[in-house]
Amino acid sequence: MTSGAIAWRPAGTQRAAAPVLPRSARADALPRRRGAIRIADAVKYYGTGESRVLAVDHCSLDIAAGEVFVVIGPSGCGKTTLLNALAGFHSLDAGSIHLDGELLCGPGREKAPIGADRIVVFQNGALFPWKTVLENVAFGPAMRGTIPRTELLERARRRLAEAGLQGYEESYPGETSSGVKRRVEIVRALMNDPAVLLLDEPFRALDALTKAMMHEALIASYLRTGSTVFFITHDIEEAVFLGSRVAIMTSRPCRPKKILSIDIPYPRGRETVTSRRFRELVAEAMAAVHEEALKAYALGEKEG
Amino acid sequence: MVNSAVAGVAESGARPRSTIGILRLPRAQRRALVSYLAALLVWQLGSTSGRWLGVELPLLGRIPAPSDVLGAWSHLIVDPGYWQSWLASSKRVAAGFTAAVLTGVPLGLIMALSPPVWDVVFPVFELLRPIPPLAWVPAAIIFWPTQELSIDAVIFIGAFFTLVLNAVSGARSIDPRLIQVARSMGASRANILTRLVLPAVLPSVVVGMEVSIGITWEVVVAAEMISGGGSSRGASSGGGLGFFIWNSYVGGSYPQIIVGMISIGIAGYLSSAALRVVAARLSRWNAPYGGRA
Repeated sequence: MTSGAIAWRPAGTQRAAAPVLPRSARADALPRRRGAIRIADAVKYYGTGESRVLAVDHCSLDIAAGEVFVVIGPSGCGKTTLLNALAGFHSLDAGSIHLDGELLCGPGREKAPIGADRIVVFQNGALFPWKTVLENVAFGPAMRGTIPRTELLERARRRLAEAGLQGYEESYPGETSSGVKRRVEIVRALMNDPAVLLLDEPFRALDALTKAMMHEALIASYLRTGSTVFFITHDIEEAVFLGSRVAIMTSRPCRPKKILSIDIPYPRGRETVTSRRFRELVAEAMAAVHEEALKAYALGEKEG
Repeated sequence: MVNSAVAGVAESGARPRSTIGILRLPRAQRRALVSYLAALLVWQLGSTSGRWLGVELPLLGRIPAPSDVLGAWSHLIVDPGYWQSWLASSKRVAAGFTAAVLTGVPLGLIMALSPPVWDVVFPVFELLRPIPPLAWVPAAIIFWPTQELSIDAVIFIGAFFTLVLNAVSGARSIDPRLIQVARSMGASRANILTRLVLPAVLPSVVVGMEVSIGITWEVVVAAEMISGGGSSRGASSGGGLGFFIWNSYVGGSYPQIIVGMISIGIAGYLSSAALRVVAARLSRWNAPYGGRA
């Protein structure tokens, strides 16, 4: 059972409940703990001169390996800036980010290297439209040439099946629904065995039903792999449902206002949403977010 | 064309069986047939209006009737000279167009992907672009050693600019997140070019090719008319379809002019159709061309 938390479950059982383990037990069971993130005093400005905007102001976050860390805040508050700095797409103006004790970016290193240990899943999806679902999923390891091709394709098929996506292997992304695309994208990201999975509002454009399915699928994948998940959203219920911790950010400049520990064990399901504890946590998060949203609104009024 | 083909496929399932062949065609093709027949009818009535109406209709009344044209055509299809005109023009289109694809598409990609190259090349490019291909004819005749090469060069110019601009816009519209994803999964620069940029620009390049091959047929005909199309070997051989039309005009055989015109229409249609077939093969993932038929 100890290894059950990360072992691949056989195909066809993905609807069954994932191993029911309290978070702490699960984390201890992991053979290696990768993906601890330490963001220290991150500062980022956008623009120059008069129009210079402070997007992130001395933001510090400590994220444990194997945690689902959800960042929530008003639109345009600078959450994505943090994600971009983590992924290596943007630099920081001050401060540093460490991954498992190693400097990603900070003094002496302008940008984090872009690498397969941190894979981003974007808001509107970024599957290669000219590749089939199977080719998309196999893309990362194929590029790095780490696994022989037949073995790679077999593994890709297996992981698609585990995510309930058998039958879609030979489809092109354009032929599938947005829910399938998003699941494929998460499978593709996890094929790279990343230390950190970076998700930037990945389910924003989905309808409520699909979204609920995505949440359970994401939690199932998370329980299988144990990657650290850095998840950005502005959907409060989503944040509380998915997160082991939820950071509510202040509106521009972005900085953690409040960090909620979500003491509901994984796996979480539909019954979680109606539980009293879930509702309490949502209310608590909502109060904090609401305050920031008002501030952001007032700020917008002033600028407009 | 694309739409009608799709509609045709959609219709084919539930079509009632008919004993008359025409009625068994998909709806879009039936409509196309009706359109051809209607055009022929209007043309026939119009061109013979002098006889049955007593008054020649403007424009239509002056041109040869389709019956006369078909008569002329029936003589021509057994005339090797007519087919040599086809061959000559097709060869020129193929040469100029191929050269334009092989140079224009890579240039467009480099211009789109490298800001310094763009900054240096674009000003000259933009200055040359508005010059009509036919304005290049005299210069081409002077520059190139043979007349054949000068016609090819003018065709090249006709296709080149459109191809470059389509490749540029294709490369510019690549979603930067796709490149970020590819990089973060360990793709090298070469891999990003071959596995990402090339397939991503293919649809725009194909659109550019479809537009520009149409232009090449316009240009080849005019270039042949002006230059004589290397017709020193005789009026009906080697001159190409453009010269064929011009020669028919000079010789006063008006039905042949129309035959030449329709021949060019058919040639342009066939080359665009061939391109679409190739495009559909290459981009099955791209719904407008391939989809999953």
